[in-house]
Amino acid sequence: MTTNVLFEVGLEEMPARFLADTEKQLHDKTIDWLNQNRLTFERINTFITPRRFAVSISGLADKQTDIEEEVRGPAKKIAQDEAGNWTKAAIGFAKGQGVAVDAIYFKAIKDVDYVHVNKFIDGKGAGELLPAFKEVILSLSFPKNMRWSNRSLRFIRPIKWLVALNGAQIIDFDIEDVKTDRISYGHRFLGSQFSLVNAGEYEQALKQQFVIANSHERKANIQNQIEALAKAQNWQVPIEADLLEEVTQLVEYPTVFFGTFSRDYLTVPEEALITSMKEHQRYFPVRDQANQLLPYFVAVRNGNDQHLANVARGNEKVLNARLADAVFFYTEDQKQSIDSNNEKLSRMVFQEKLGTISDKVNRVSIIANQLASQLGLTDDQRALVTRAADISKFDLVTQMVNEFTNLQGIMGEKYALIAGEDERVAKAINEQYMPRQANGMLPQSTLGAILSVADKLDTIVGCIGVGLMPTGSQDPYALRRQAMAVIQIFIDQKWALTVEQALSLTLTHYQATTVEIAQADAVAEQVRTFIKARMVFLAKEQGIAQDIMTAVMTAQIGVPALVLKKAKLLEEKRADFEFKQTQEALGRVLNLASKGAESAVAPSLFENDAEQGLFVKLEEIKSDFQALMNEQAYVEAIQLLEQLTPLIDQFFEQTMVMAEDQKLRANRLALLKQVAWFVYQFADFNKIEWKQQF
Amino acid sequence: MHIQEMILTLQKHWSDQGCILMQAYDVEKGAGTMSPMTLLRSLGPEPWNVAYVEPSRRPADGRYGENPNRLYQHHQFQVIMKPSPDNIQELYLASLEKLGIDPLKHDIRFVEDNWENPTLGAAGLGWEVWLDGMEITQFTYFQQIGGLEAKPVAVEITYGMERLASYIQDKDNVFDLTWTEGVTVHDIYFQPEYEHSKYTFEESDTALLFNLFSQYEAEARQLMEKGLVFPAYDYVLKCSHTFNLLDAKGVISVTERTGYIGRVRNLARAIAKLYVEEREKLGFPMLKEEDETDDN
Repeated sequence: MTTNVLFEVGLEEMPARFLADTEKQLHDKTIDWLNQNRLTFERINTFITPRRFAVSISGLADKQTDIEEEVRGPAKKIAQDEAGNWTKAAIGFAKGQGVAVDAIYFKAIKDVDYVHVNKFIDGKGAGELLPAFKEVILSLSFPKNMRWSNRSLRFIRPIKWLVALNGAQIIDFDIEDVKTDRISYGHRFLGSQFSLVNAGEYEQALKQQFVIANSHERKANIQNQIEALAKAQNWQVPIEADLLEEVTQLVEYPTVFFGTFSRDYLTVPEEALITSMKEHQRYFPVRDQANQLLPYFVAVRNGNDQHLANVARGNEKVLNARLADAVFFYTEDQKQSIDSNNEKLSRMVFQEKLGTISDKVNRVSIIANQLASQLGLTDDQRALVTRAADISKFDLVTQMVNEFTNLQGIMGEKYALIAGEDERVAKAINEQYMPRQANGMLPQSTLGAILSVADKLDTIVGCIGVGLMPTGSQDPYALRRQAMAVIQIFIDQKWALTVEQALSLTLTHYQATTVEIAQADAVAEQVRTFIKARMVFLAKEQGIAQDIMTAVMTAQIGVPALVLKKAKLLEEKRADFEFKQTQEALGRVLNLASKGAESAVAPSLFENDAEQGLFVKLEEIKSDFQALMNEQAYVEAIQLLEQLTPLIDQFFEQTMVMAEDQKLRANRLALLKQVAWFVYQFADFNKIEWKQQF
Repeated sequence: MHIQEMILTLQKHWSDQGCILMQAYDVEKGAGTMSPMTLLRSLGPEPWNVAYVEPSRRPADGRYGENPNRLYQHHQFQVIMKPSPDNIQELYLASLEKLGIDPLKHDIRFVEDNWENPTLGAAGLGWEVWLDGMEITQFTYFQQIGGLEAKPVAVEITYGMERLASYIQDKDNVFDLTWTEGVTVHDIYFQPEYEHSKYTFEESDTALLFNLFSQYEAEARQLMEKGLVFPAYDYVLKCSHTFNLLDAKGVISVTERTGYIGRVRNLARAIAKLYVEEREKLGFPMLKEEDETDDN
C-alpha cells in the first residue's frame, strides 16, 4: 500500500533571493529524512512561491521497510555451561534482541563458535512517523532569520499556516501555535482560503487559486510570455537569468506587460537607464532589431491581465520619475570639471590605514607607470598611462555613480570623453574595473590592463600590508577576486613579467609613501603565498592538481601563462607510462643532488664510461635546452630530458655515488647537481604525486 | 482623496485596531522611527500600539522647492504594534483599500528590504511595499533597537504620505498635491522648502552648528547620568538633526562622518539601555494592565 503525502508551509513573503536554495534544501532534506526513516517512495515534488513552500511525496510506503538482521552474541563457551544449558549471558542477549533463546544458533568466526540470532524489526506505520517531518521544516537554514511577535523561533519569515496531509488525513503537529490543517490559501488578491481533500490535488487546486506553485513552470511561463510579446512587437528583449529568477520568485501568478518612458531620456547613457530598470524596478529593457535601446520596458505583474493598463501606467510613472533623476544627475555632473572632482577625492577615505582615494590614485599612478616601463611601453604610451591613472577615480564623486555605484568607470569613460580626454585614456578608466564579476570580460586595451592590475595590486599589497588578510569567508575588500583578476589579466595580455617583479615594484613604492607597512619582507612573502593560492585555484578549474602547481612554483610564481603551460604538460605526463622511467631517474637525481654542493665537475675524476657519457650529453644538450625553455617549447625541452634517462640509469648502475673518497663523492654529486639544474628549470619533480603504476 | 482625508482615514483605521493616536513629536527628526514613541517604546516587554503622523526633516534632500519628488521635509504616517499581530499584513492591506486602492486593479507586492539604522543601533527585517512598482511603505519587524534585542518584536509600518498621495491623486509633482479642498502642498510648504534649503546649503552658521552639536551631546550625557531618559533623548535628536545639517552642507569629511555617527550611536545605545532600566524600576507598568486582562 502506498499513499500520497503533502506538507505546505505558508509564510509572509519570503525574500526572492533565498527561494531557490530553500527549495533545494527542502528537496534534499526530505529525501534524507525518508531514507533515514526507511520510508520508500516513488517521487517527490517540491514547490515554492514567495508565500509558501511545499513538498509532495507520491507513492510513499505506508510503513517502514522491515529489517531482518543477523546479530552476533557471546562466544559459545560463555553462552552455554558444561551441561549445555544457556547461561545468563545467553538469556540476557536473547532478551535484549527481543527473541526467545530457542532462536539462537551458532556460527563460527575464525574457528570460534559464537551465538547468533536473526532479528526481525517490524517497520512502523508511516502515519506514526510523519508528524516528525516537522524536524525537516525546522531544519531548513536561511541566510537571514527573524523573530516575530512574542515567538522565540527564528525563521525566514513568520509562519501563517501549515498543511500536512497523508492521503486525506491531517498529519498532526504544530509550529509556534500554528496547527496543521487541510486549509491553504490562494493568491493574495485573486484567490481565497480553500480546503484540500487530498494531498494529491495540491498543484491543481492552487492553479485554480491563481498560484503556479512550481517555480520552474512559473519561470518558463514568464519566459514564454516575454518572448511572445517581443515577437508581436518586433523587439529584442534580452532575458538575463538572474533577473528572470528574481521576478519568478517575486510572483505567484505572473502576467507580463510593457510600458514606455519618455524618448528624451534616451540621451542618458544606456547603462544608467538599464540599471534603473533592472536593479531598481526589476524590468527587462527593450531593444530593436539593430540592438538600439528603445523607450519601452517589460515587467511582470503578480496577478492576472485585468486592469493591466492601470498597472502599466503606475509603473511608467515610477520609472519616469527615476529617469528624470538620472537626467538631472547626468546634466549636473557635466558641469563639474575632472580636476574639481579629483580634488574631492582627498575627502573620501579608501581605507583608514591606506588613506584617501586621492592617496590611492597617487600610488596607482606610479605603480602603473612602472609596470608600463617594465612591459616596454613607449614614452608616449606611458604618458597616457599616467593620465589614465591620475583621473581614474574622478567619477566616484559624480552624482550618477553616487546613485548607481555599479556604473563606476562606465560613467568615468563617458564623462572623460565629453571632457575631451584621449579615447584610450577614457577606455582605460572603464577597463580598470574589469573583470566586473568572476570570469567577466577582461580589459581589452594594454592601458586598461595596466591600470586594472596597478589598481588591484595597490589594494592587495596595501590591505595585506596593514594586516587585512582575508580569513575564511571574510574578504571585505574582495582581495581574492582581485588577485585572481590580476593573474587572468597577466595571462590574457601574454605579459612576460613575473608576478614577483610586479609585487616587488608595488611594495617598493609603498615603502616610499606614508603608509606604514611593518616587516616588508614578511608582507612580500604573505602576498606571494596569497597569490600562489589563487594560481592553484585557477589551475584547478583547468584540471591541474595542487601538487603539480606546487612543483612548478617552487622557485617562484613567475610568469603565470608559462607556469600553467608547464603544469598542463606535467599533468599529462603524470599518468603517462612512457614517462615513468624518466621521472624515476630524475627523482633519484634530485634526492641525491640535494646532498651535494654546487661546484665544477672534474672529468679527470671520472672512473667509468657512464659518468663520462652523462657529462658529455649534458654539455651537448645544455644550450638547446636553454633555448627551448626560453621559447617556451616545453614539450621539446622535456624530450631532451628524456634523452638523459638511459644515461642516468647507467650512471647509477656503474657508479657508487656516495663513495668513501671525499673527492670522488663530491665530483659525482656535482655532476648530479648539474642534472638537477636542468630539472629545476622545469619543476620540482619530487613534489609531484606520480600515478604511472597502472 | 486629499492628504488630510488620507490622514484621517489612516487614523480611524489604526485607531480601530487598538492603536493610541499620538501627535507628532516636537523635536526635529529625520524619520518617524526616531520619535521616542517608536524608538524607546518599542523596547522592553510592555505592549505598545500607536499611530501618528511624523513630519520628517531630511536637510540633504532639500531642493529649494524645485524638484518634483524631493523635499526637505516630508510626512510619514507611522504605526507601531508590539507585539506584532499575526494578521498585520492583512490589517495593512485593509488600510490601503480604505484609501481607495483596490488590489485587484493594481500590483501590490512585499519586496524584501532589510532596514538598518546604524546611528540608532537599530535593525529590522521586512519589506518595502510596492504599488505598481512604487515603494509606498516600509514594513519592518524590529529585531534590534539601540543595540538591544527587541523582545517581543514590534512591527513598524511607515507610509510615505506624499508618495502615496501622488499616486492616489495622480499628480507628478509633489507641490501639486492637495492637502485639503483648495489648498495645495505648494501653498503650505513651498516657502519653507525654499527657505530651509537656502538655510541648509548657504546660510547656516557652521561654527555655531558644530558648537551646538557638542553642547547638545554634553547635555544629553549629563541628563543620562541623572537617569532622565526622555530629556536626554531629546538632546540626542537635536544632535542628530544638527549633524544632518552639517552633513548636508558638506562640511563633514568622510573620516569625521564616521566619528560623528559613532557619537550619536553611543548616546542612542546608552539611552535605550537606560530606558529599559528605568521602566523596569517602575515595574513595567503597562505590562501589568495587560496581565490583568489576560487573567480575565
